[in-house]
Amino acid sequence: MSLDALNLDLPTLLAIAGMAIVTYATRLGGWLALRRLVLSGRARAALDAVPGAVLAAVIAPAVLATGPAETVAAAITVVAALRLPQLAAVVIGVASVVLLRLAMS
Amino acid sequence: MTSRTLEEMRASAIAVLPAAVAVIPFGLLLGALAAQKGLSVPEMMLMSATVFAGSAQFVAVDIWREPAPWLLLTFTALLINARHLLMGASWAPKIRHFGTGTSLLALFSMVDETWALCEQRATRRPLTPAYVLTMGGILWVNWIAWTGLGAALGSLMGDPAVYGADFAFPAIFLTLLVGLWQGPRTGVAIAASAIVAVIVHMNVEGPWFIAAGGIAGALAGAVFAPSDEAAAEGGE
Repeated sequence: MSLDALNLDLPTLLAIAGMAIVTYATRLGGWLALRRLVLSGRARAALDAVPGAVLAAVIAPAVLATGPAETVAAAITVVAALRLPQLAAVVIGVASVVLLRLAMS
Repeated sequence: MTSRTLEEMRASAIAVLPAAVAVIPFGLLLGALAAQKGLSVPEMMLMSATVFAGSAQFVAVDIWREPAPWLLLTFTALLINARHLLMGASWAPKIRHFGTGTSLLALFSMVDETWALCEQRATRRPLTPAYVLTMGGILWVNWIAWTGLGAALGSLMGDPAVYGADFAFPAIFLTLLVGLWQGPRTGVAIAASAIVAVIVHMNVEGPWFIAAGGIAGALAGAVFAPSDEAAAEGGE
């Protein structure tokens, strides 16, 4: 069976393989390293900051540089997430952006 | 199979059930958005089965285009999944009594939800392979199935901006950010990252703003390390 028949293409397969390999490497890395190396000081603080920093970088253009509807909806989402389960906060955020776009268009 | 093993599997399945249900809409959404970016159902299921990391897959689909920028996607997955290093490190002493093969499988199935549930379990009783692998296996099959179904249905969905689905990515990550909040230090890292990301996004073609922001945030985290941690390093 050819790649075409399976609806797969080569750059896509390369991307999935690359993502899978580095992701498994991150899962193994900490486990492999721990017996010999315990991070401390600034190295640990830098690694601690990575998840939040990456998530913030991903959404910053969409939230801060798209328009007022997105920025206000983001603020509403954060307030909702402080009080409600994650899924409810996401639904409220998406509903707010739809209403705000209608109101502001 | 001993009754002890069965009991561990049962406890694991019950513990993971809420997470397995909560992830369904996210799986459907990821699959639908992936389909709109040109990914096929087998490609979506292959990615879910081999990468098995929700936030990295959401980001990957968000920046996906044809042909796939595989180097950029790989580097982005590495940055987003850097947190696994700490999670795996914290699991290491708790799964030390597992065999090597079992450990490799347990770590493959380690996602935020199973990691947290097993950490919680380990405070009360020793982790067993049955407990760790049952919940990992359930979430793995669950994730492949719902993202695959989402991709199959996604081609029927039309323009996601009409019903605000394009904002689901920012909304999901904002709620995850709220969950990561650990005080002003987190705020400094997030602010540094967001500012650098916006500047790079406006000036550099392509999604490199993610790497730039992530590195800026990590540097800010190091600069504003709590004084006890910085002192620990100075004393070494």
